[in-house]
Parts: sequence; C-alpha cells; structure tokens
Amino acid sequence: MKTAKAISVLALLVAPVIAALVVWGAAAQDSDVAQYGPDPKLPQPYRGLLPTMKIADPAAWGDRRPQAPEGFTVTAIATGLKIPRQTLVLPNGDILVAEGRGGDDPMLIPKDFIAGIIKAAGVTHVAGGNRLTLLHDKDGDGSYKEQTVFAEHLNAPYGLALVGNQLYVANQDALVRFDYRDGQTRAEGPPVKVTDLPSHMNHHWTKALTASADGRFLYVGIGSNSNITERGMLAEVDRAQIWEVDARTGAHRPYATGTRNPTALTIQPGTGRLWAVANERDEIGPDLVPDYLTSVKDGGFYGWPYSYWGQNVDTRVQPQDPKLVASAIRPDYSLGSHVAALGVAFSAPAMGAKFADGVFVGEHGSWNRQTPAGYKVVFVPFSGGRPSGPPMDFLSGFMGEDGKTRGRPVGVSLDGRGALIVADDLSNTVWRVAAARP
Amino acid sequence: MSSSAQVVSSSLSSSLPPRLYRRWLHPLHGMLLGAANAFFISALLCDWGYFASHEIQWKNFACWLIIGGLLVCGCALLWALVDLVRIDLDRGRRAIAFVLLLAAFVLGVIGELVHAKDAWASMPEALIVSAIVAVLAIAATTVGFSTPWPGGR
Repeated sequence: MKTAKAISVLALLVAPVIAALVVWGAAAQDSDVAQYGPDPKLPQPYRGLLPTMKIADPAAWGDRRPQAPEGFTVTAIATGLKIPRQTLVLPNGDILVAEGRGGDDPMLIPKDFIAGIIKAAGVTHVAGGNRLTLLHDKDGDGSYKEQTVFAEHLNAPYGLALVGNQLYVANQDALVRFDYRDGQTRAEGPPVKVTDLPSHMNHHWTKALTASADGRFLYVGIGSNSNITERGMLAEVDRAQIWEVDARTGAHRPYATGTRNPTALTIQPGTGRLWAVANERDEIGPDLVPDYLTSVKDGGFYGWPYSYWGQNVDTRVQPQDPKLVASAIRPDYSLGSHVAALGVAFSAPAMGAKFADGVFVGEHGSWNRQTPAGYKVVFVPFSGGRPSGPPMDFLSGFMGEDGKTRGRPVGVSLDGRGALIVADDLSNTVWRVAAARP
Repeated sequence: MSSSAQVVSSSLSSSLPPRLYRRWLHPLHGMLLGAANAFFISALLCDWGYFASHEIQWKNFACWLIIGGLLVCGCALLWALVDLVRIDLDRGRRAIAFVLLLAAFVLGVIGELVHAKDAWASMPEALIVSAIVAVLAIAATTVGFSTPWPGGR
C-alpha cells in the first residue's frame, strides 16, 4: 500500500507543525493580580494565535441604575444623546456635553475588517451628534430639565475647556473656540480655529483638552494611529503626544511624548500641574500593559511605542530605539491593564470626607481580556498631592452580574455643588452622582 | 497536441489495461493550482521584504496575498477531493496531492492568523509558515500535474 504509506509519512510531517502552532497559539490566562499603584507586577508578554476578545453585550438599563457609595444618589440628567463623551461644568452650573464619533482609519488588512465587526457589537449604534448639548438646571434641584444644542456641525468634538469668556473645543481635526458669556445657551456663530490637530486616519481620534491654571496654554492629548505601529512609523508623526498650545496664537509644541493614547487631561488644583490618564497597548496579554494615571512632565517621554512602564522593551517595534527607551519615564500610578480610562477629574471637599482628596477616573472597559476590567468609575485617593492608595469603586454596575453591559463610562467632571457628572456613551446618558447635602 | 484522445501505455497503472486519457488536468483545475502557487510564493516574497526592511507595507501585501491564496487553494482542494472520491485510478497520487494541498490550506489559515499579530510580533514565524505553505503548494501542484486524469470516449 504505497498510498497509505505516503499519506501517513506526510501526516507525520505536517501534524507536529500544526500541533505545535496550535499549542503555541493557546490563549493566555487572566491572572487576578491587582495591578494598582506605582509599581505594578508585569508578567511576560504573551499573545496566542488569536487575540483574546471579550466584547460587551449591551442591554437597556430598565429600572436598574449604576451603583454609587452610600449617601450618594444617581440620576440620569440627560438621555437619548448622540454619543456623549466629555462634559464641562460651566461657572453657572450648566453642563456642556460633547457628542460624536470620530476616526477614519482605513481597512489595511483583513484583521481590521473582522475586528471592526466584532468590536462594533460592544458600542452604541447611534450616529454621533457632532455637537455640544447644554444642560441647564433652572431651579437648582439637580434635574436639568432644559436641554439645548449649544453648537452643531462640529467634527467629533471631545475635549472641552473654558478660559474666561472663551470656550475651547477639541474636534478630532482642529482646536476651535467659541465666545461664551455666562448663561448663554447657544453659540452665537461658527467657531474660530485655533490650530489644526493631527487627524490623518485618526485611529485613536479623541482629542483630550484642558487649560493651564493661568489660561495661557491649552494642553491637547493626541493618541497614536495604531496599537503598536502596525500602520507604519509614518502614520505616527505628531501622534502619541500631549501638545502645549498657546491659546492666543495657536503655536504649539510637544509637551510630552510617548503617551500612547492620552484620553483625558486635567490640571491639579493648587499645584497647577498637568495630569493625564492614558491607555496603553494591547495584544501582549491580559495583564499587559497597565493603563495609567500620571502627572505629566514637561519634555517627558513615556515609552510608546518602544517600551512600556519605563524600560520594558516592546519587541513588536522594529527597528528599536534603545537610547529613547533609556529616557522613558515610568508613569505615576497603574489603573490596571485594559480598563480603558477615558475620563479624569480632581475631587473637592464638597464630595464628602471620604472622597474629598483624589481623582475620579472613568473606565470604559476592556475588550482584550477574558475577565472584563473597568466598566466603572473609580476614585484614586490622594494625599500630599500624590496618589496614596488603591482605587475604590465609585460608580459601578455598568456591567451586571448577568454579563450584560448597560453603560460604559467616558468623561467625568466635578460639579462644585458636590456631584460627579459621568458621560455614558453606550446608553447615551449623562449621570449625576450627587453627595447627600449636609 | 491533437484533439483526438491518446492512448497512454500502462506504466502508470500497470495492473490495469491500457485505457484512454483525456488530458492531464482540467485547465481550470490547473489554473487554480497555479494561482495558489503564485499567491503563496508572492506572500513569501513580501514576508521576506518586511523581514529585510521593516517596511510594514510588505506585511499588508502578504496578508491579502495569503487570503487570495486560500481562496483559490480552497477551490482546488474541493476539486481534488471530488476527483479523489470519483476517480478510482491512480488514487495514491491523487491522495498525496490532496493531502499536500490540505496541509497548505490549513497552514495558510494559521499563517494568516500569525500575520494578524501586530507589527513585528508576527516575525519570524510568519516568514517560516509562509515558506512551508509555498513549498507544500508547489509540491501539491507538481504531483497534481504529473497525475493522469482518465477520460476518453
């Protein structure tokens, strides 16, 4: 039986290769290491033959509500929005909500096509509003019955900042400004462009924004154009940076680099220091790489793409750059891998003694690990101006015990009256989490 | 070659009486095999391009070329399977061609997944798998083209 012999020889040759590839391709196991704080445990990088994907399974809130600590009440102050991302509490208590969806990265390889379909299952199907909605609480009872469109025809607006009577909006392709006076409910005209922002492809399209304490400078967070340079280094020119923009002239310079996706920026009250949350790279394991909260050093390089958490080299990037890696700064505080931090806000004593000093972080939630991470708003306690302990859950229940996901937190901002405003881009809701009044 | 059927002497299947053969391989079947070779060899060359230059565009090309290869290789594989079942002559060679092609297809699918790893994470495995797939496809085609297909009138 020549035939049988030939086939078995072939099978013997090919089978081990296939078996080896399958074993080598097995998925990584999540560990339950708590990766919080300044010195997270970092396992060896690992990627199976398929990336680990666990996509949110959306469901309506119904009678459910996100859960806040005792003494806080949770109210939906705006529903039916068109993808709310970041919010800004104006001096008179009105709230501006930036709504939209950006990004125009082309399908380069078959993977982009398939991953796009899979990931779309975990987000809203509503079309982005490309507008700013203003929520007005006329009688000061926290119910925001009046809702007006402050500005429309924007291009995926995200970051918001007010300096005096100038309202700055970071569209996905440009930083623009509107005139604003107290109590205004609608912009008087089209915005004025301050400066263009890098927008080619815009894989990570969100442009985070905050203003320096003296209002002279604006800081803009610009995300990378890829996970880890898989679109080539040319696509990464001016990406993965935080820009400092002169508010008057629009002149800009990179303030910090190597921040893969700086999704929210804020200024620390008192010190005037710039803080950021940033999302780190995917597809090297469930516990790599931690997303982080950090004070941002002028001229600092934070690793991307060459290394992570200081000098941990990412071999997926070739050619490497050992000199740059040597200069990489370790971020201040790990929030855990894949939590997808998208919002940051400093707290104030009005939030009650337990939450008086620290920052709130909105975590959109993971896709690249079996056990979901994030899907909540956490509070990172501070003392002496620095993070001082593990994060506490502040607003949870976005992903229920039934495995359904009812909301995904994005921007967080503080209402000086003692409430946290949380944008939820899955249920298209803005939540207000109010401390009990003393 | 004349259109009349040819009588091939029995050295290929000595136990059987001489019989009529149509042609060696249906032209479309041959085209599918040839195309699979072209795709897989091109993918290998593109992988080499990325390996040697770090230029990511080579890798993007390789990803699509493998998809093309899998498409035509899959069709050729189905054809080979049908022939294997249907034709009771020279089953040994046909089986070898089929198994080689099946191996090329399975490894091609795995290779595509390896290529989907971001940037250099696919190297050097992508290059190695592409080389094995190309060799398997060439071998399958060689065996396929050297196997007579019965026919005649």
